[in-house]
Amino acid sequence: MFQGLQDKFGEILGNLKKRGSLKESDVKEALRQVRIALLEADVALPVVKKLIKDIETKAIGQEILRSISPAQMVIKIVNDHMIEVLGTKSEDINLKTSPPAIILVAGLQGSGKTTTVIKLAHKIKSKMNKKVLVASLDVYRPAAQQQLKILGEQADISSLPIIDGQLPLDIAKRSIKAGALQGTDVIILDTAGRMNVDEALMTELSQIHATVKPIETLLVADSLTGQDAVNIAKAFKERINITGIALTRIDGDARGGAAISMKSVTGCPIKVLGTGEKIDDLENFHPDRIVSRILGMGDVVSLVEKAKETIDEEDAQKLEKKILKGQFDLNDLRDQLRQMKKMGGMSGLMTMLPGISKVKKQMSQSNIDEKMLLHQEAIINSMTPKERIHVKVLNASRKRRIAAGAGVEIQDVNRVLKQYKQMSLVMKKMKKMGKKGKNINPEAINNLIPNQNFFKH
Amino acid sequence: MEWVSKLNNGLNKTASGLSKNLSTVFKGKKLDPQTLEDLEDLLISSDFGVSISKKIVDSISKEKFNDFDTNKVREFLSKKVSEILKLRYLPLNTENNGDPYVILVVGVNGVGKTTTIGKLANNFVKKNKNVLIAAGDTFRAAAIDQLKIWSDRSKSEIITKPTGTDAAALSYEALVTAKEEKKDILIIDTAGRLQNKTDLMNQLEKIPRVLKKIDETSPHSVLLVLDASTGQNAISQVELFNKSCGVTGLIMTKLDGTAKGGVLVSIAERYPIPIHAIGVGEGIDDLQEFEPESYSRALLGLL
Repeated sequence: MFQGLQDKFGEILGNLKKRGSLKESDVKEALRQVRIALLEADVALPVVKKLIKDIETKAIGQEILRSISPAQMVIKIVNDHMIEVLGTKSEDINLKTSPPAIILVAGLQGSGKTTTVIKLAHKIKSKMNKKVLVASLDVYRPAAQQQLKILGEQADISSLPIIDGQLPLDIAKRSIKAGALQGTDVIILDTAGRMNVDEALMTELSQIHATVKPIETLLVADSLTGQDAVNIAKAFKERINITGIALTRIDGDARGGAAISMKSVTGCPIKVLGTGEKIDDLENFHPDRIVSRILGMGDVVSLVEKAKETIDEEDAQKLEKKILKGQFDLNDLRDQLRQMKKMGGMSGLMTMLPGISKVKKQMSQSNIDEKMLLHQEAIINSMTPKERIHVKVLNASRKRRIAAGAGVEIQDVNRVLKQYKQMSLVMKKMKKMGKKGKNINPEAINNLIPNQNFFKH
Repeated sequence: MEWVSKLNNGLNKTASGLSKNLSTVFKGKKLDPQTLEDLEDLLISSDFGVSISKKIVDSISKEKFNDFDTNKVREFLSKKVSEILKLRYLPLNTENNGDPYVILVVGVNGVGKTTTIGKLANNFVKKNKNVLIAAGDTFRAAAIDQLKIWSDRSKSEIITKPTGTDAAALSYEALVTAKEEKKDILIIDTAGRLQNKTDLMNQLEKIPRVLKKIDETSPHSVLLVLDASTGQNAISQVELFNKSCGVTGLIMTKLDGTAKGGVLVSIAERYPIPIHAIGVGEGIDDLQEFEPESYSRALLGLL
């Protein structure tokens, strides 16, 4: 099916090898394939529909990179959007409360709760140096409490002694008492697996939740889960306040669409991944890896990323050549403005530079207008290609036309032109220096830059 | 049928049950493209998978419905589904000329193998069969204790070895015992494993290999247990377990929840492997014989 998908994309690629912006038809065709890919990966249908709708709006009109087909471009947009939906950074288990911090673990039968409990206990104990107590509230499945006890012994993690016949809620209370007595930092409560439609057991779960008031409530979900993921997530979310998801069996060969279904329905981050049968096989969540797996088009995504890098590099080289030749026209100025815009405008640029917060504050006080970049670009856009290359042809009447086209005053046009002149002056001087010696002294460049606020209206 | 009502109970408990959604789909009078698309969506939502959903819906788009109503379209759909499932209808027959009938139970972790074995044993014992269970999950902590409890409940005998013992060796010994004690049926549990773990699958292959040393015809059944909440990955499970140890029958568990196990239809279409039983609850009597027609009707919300 994966192969089929790539072939399909190959077809579209052949038909539509052109640059420009993404048209509605390109986007729709590519998204039809994405829809099937997501459904085959077990992303729940309502979630797929929402994703497709959001991506469609996002993608139409976006610029297509050189050497990339529209379909490939769409895939990249899908990829980035899904990463955004899943949350861009990994979130840790929350233990920020006065001890003992209680973690409640719930889920369907066979989702991997007990294994996750012991792995989590091991991680908290060994990596964070905390005293951990585990307790099983599963009085239903034969030998379930026994299982946690044995796993605890194997991993050197203390578990609450089993008292036959005690009810889940009482076991929970007893574990808190025992934890307090033993100076435990973290208590992890394993619960019985339950069907989301099992009214009695779901009520029991919400009672336990209300009694123990956990700082972290994890829903353990099997990454092999199909369309039912939304129902499961919804039902658990309705009854107990889920704070995170533990996704198990990620070492299987399922595409793991349940991850995005669960995240979309609960809004809760995926906090840990079960990656194997050994006690250390618990990892933090990396959205990009999961997305690449669900979408199954990692190679397309990296292709687009590579193309993007190449283009940025090519553009930079072109500009450098132009500067060295002393040819710097308004097209280049526009490219620079766009580059700045891409990097998040002036304030975005400033946040990227270390130790610049003070300057940033001053800038914001000195009334830097973020829209200015847009205005300047609009002014250059309103020029004819000839005007952009041969600035000298710009007479008063042309300037009036440009100002009207960009919706600004003539003074604004003049300001851009002045800016351009100053910059090309700098370029010319740089060119001379470049001829003299290979190494350009940065200070010398600083001196070249006119002592005037470029970005002030 | 008792299980149909159980299955429907599960379906009825959820607002997104297929039957409920179907009523909305067929509110209109014509099977227009939008209706067909909604229908396809509904099948997809039940884990049928994209391609078979499309196929079934395509077959209905050609059909002429003169003043049809909701039920008529549902009937038609369930007929289509049961046509596919009927191909895989074959109840488990454990007759073996007086020799022990050997059943090997395999599957991914957490699908419900151990519970299913308990219920299977119970069903056999009720039919006056002499059952021996081999606790072959020698990996998971307390799996043996769990199975012991099930053997008590079902009044069948059990053979165990400490955790960590070679499961193939235990299986060999179990078959020797079963023959000596003239058991009718031997059910061998195995540790759950993901089908893409080659080393674990190789270990599994060893079990039928050693059983054949005693009885060339054994194991007589290799049952793959599937979890109804599993999505399209169930297909990969069938594919790879079948490749490794020749699956002869399927059992689908956990049909008492909101999951409908529609992937079974996809599997039935692709693999000539009989479906024997379905699990509809945690009680000892909650393993029912698979019946294509009732299953299809329950899937489509018809009682």
